[in-house]
Amino acid sequence: MQVTSPQFKKHTRAALANPHLQQALGNVRAGFIDKRKKAVDALPEFDQLRDSARDIKNHMLDHLDLYLEAYEAKVRASGGYVHWAETAEEARAIILDICRSAGARTVTKGKSMITEEIELNDFLQKNGIRPVETDLGEYIIQLRGEHPSHIIAPAVHLTKDQVEADFRRVHDHLPPTRDLTEHESLLYEARRVLRPAYFDADVGITGANFLVAETGTSIIVTNEGNGDLTQILPKVHVVVASIEKIVPTLEDAAQIMRVLARSATGQEMSVYTTMSTGPRRPGDPDGPEDYHVVLIDNGRSAMLGTEFQDMLRCIRCGACMNHCPVYHSVGGHAYGSVYPGPMGAVLTPSLAGLAKSGHLPNASTFCGRCESVCPMRIPLPKMMRHWREREFERGLNPATQRTGLKLWAMFARRPALYRFATSVAVPLLSMFGRRTGRFRHLPLAGGWTRYRDFPAPEGRTFMQQLSERDAVTMQGAK
Amino acid sequence: MSARDAILGKIRRSLGADASDPARRAAVTSRLELAPLGVIPARGQLPQAERVALFCTMAKKLLASVERVSGYDAVPETVAGYLRNNNLPAAVRMGADERLSSMPWVEQRALEISRGPSDGDDAVGVSHAGSGVAETGTLVLTSGGDNPTTINFLPDHHIVVVSAADIEGDLESALAKIRERYGKGEMPRTVNLISGPSRSGDIEQKLILGAHGPRALHIIVVDEPGVS
Repeated sequence: MQVTSPQFKKHTRAALANPHLQQALGNVRAGFIDKRKKAVDALPEFDQLRDSARDIKNHMLDHLDLYLEAYEAKVRASGGYVHWAETAEEARAIILDICRSAGARTVTKGKSMITEEIELNDFLQKNGIRPVETDLGEYIIQLRGEHPSHIIAPAVHLTKDQVEADFRRVHDHLPPTRDLTEHESLLYEARRVLRPAYFDADVGITGANFLVAETGTSIIVTNEGNGDLTQILPKVHVVVASIEKIVPTLEDAAQIMRVLARSATGQEMSVYTTMSTGPRRPGDPDGPEDYHVVLIDNGRSAMLGTEFQDMLRCIRCGACMNHCPVYHSVGGHAYGSVYPGPMGAVLTPSLAGLAKSGHLPNASTFCGRCESVCPMRIPLPKMMRHWREREFERGLNPATQRTGLKLWAMFARRPALYRFATSVAVPLLSMFGRRTGRFRHLPLAGGWTRYRDFPAPEGRTFMQQLSERDAVTMQGAK
Repeated sequence: MSARDAILGKIRRSLGADASDPARRAAVTSRLELAPLGVIPARGQLPQAERVALFCTMAKKLLASVERVSGYDAVPETVAGYLRNNNLPAAVRMGADERLSSMPWVEQRALEISRGPSDGDDAVGVSHAGSGVAETGTLVLTSGGDNPTTINFLPDHHIVVVSAADIEGDLESALAKIRERYGKGEMPRTVNLISGPSRSGDIEQKLILGAHGPRALHIIVVDEPGVS
């Protein structure tokens, strides 16, 4: 997985100065949060379902090896093929092999984050196969040569006018005078342009939201119907999925589905939930002749049994980034990983290494909104904290930061010293800052005060105020 | 070592687990066997008449249109009426599903009927759903010799007939019906859960209908006298 996360700070500066991006990010702030809240409020059992969903995935992860074996046996029994890939490279080679055996020149794709993770499109292209993304958002970013900036809304960083400009540039066979000013006209143009691709494609590649061990079924959840046309029209359907997508039974999938769409888009159900089991059956008038599943590990098995195991419950709904003030400010591309936002800040270091992605777990105010909305109750802030600890242990953060942390730790571990130091510092700061009530510059904190003022303390430390308050309460109690 | 064995080995090492541990195996076998129910929302747990009414309300919320008719014999004229009201050509495509073919289509003389899978040139497709889910207004369609999946996605308008008696309160009950019909652990090639017409919000989060699948979903709920 290619990451450009080391340039996170540079990316954020560019993102904050980009007016198109800032305009587009307004849609995230305005749309997703209200829609999710409405859907959640309309279902009294929502929190119980979150517990149920968490417990199902925890049980599955504790027995992952056995459920994978059971799943594989059922896929084989229904006439499908199962391939296993330890790494992204192995997965790409397997998929290319399948495409070559099918004599594929064109491949249609449903939206799939795992194929972004393994950088499948570039690889197929280099090997003479044309991948066509069919999800509207994915199609738009493919035209622009970009990566998705959001795991469920890949083109959320763009405005309508930018999409119009791209369509005019790429669809140059269409009359230049056509009207593309409305959202509708852009969607219908994409629909018209993409329709023939489904029929031309020799192989259709989709991801999977769930793999059901009980039946050997893969499930995708979409709104557009592109994932379905991708898998029913070509001769070959390839499902690409990471190993933690397994759920034991159909009932288990149903539990998690109830929290998935509500958390993602605020829908009660996505429009199309499609369950696929094996290839076309004897007598079936349509459907693929071959059905392949490529199971990918790519770092997941190493997360089991560690403090990051809970991250493997993630169902990729995007609620954490939809509610993240950092994501709202800088958008997904700044993170430099296909997985942005809080879930990416935890997952990217696991998959790409902490050395390349140390900025990401630090890109959080620990406000806790991500955890409070996560349908799988993943303790995202806690896990970001674990990464920060590891970063410190391995000496990966800059020297000034380390010195500052060590200095703070020295005081924090010695309460008497800490109280003494603050009882001296706070009145001093209070005196110097009395006139304006804030500091525009502070020594050694220039990076912080460059963007905001530091409020001047009001005269007493927290501990002093607390003990006074306690004294008053005690008197009241007597 | 194969990739399969390597992955399974790594999982077991990370979990500190033993593949032959009988307690782990038993936990997995029993869950697969019993498929325990989880939390079922109260919303759909209603007597049949209210359940059907809830289904219709929820489907309309999903921007599907819904009509209720009395008896299967009324379906062909309802379909013809839908085509007229929407200025559509008098032609539909449908599979060989017996429930559809036994309807009196001959009475609609002007209506042209094509059978078999869609090649993408049909304006209107007609399907029969195995069940409906009142909880969310979702239709459940299964593939098979008589039910081409292409009809669910390629035509601009999708008309789906569902019997009121087949409307279940919750998703799990609809899944149980599939299990009953195909056998434990078995599934048809495709099960489509359809909740409203195709849509996309990928440009500026503005919701537009008719992304790649049908722009319109019309549901005909059939009340059969004496059946519940």
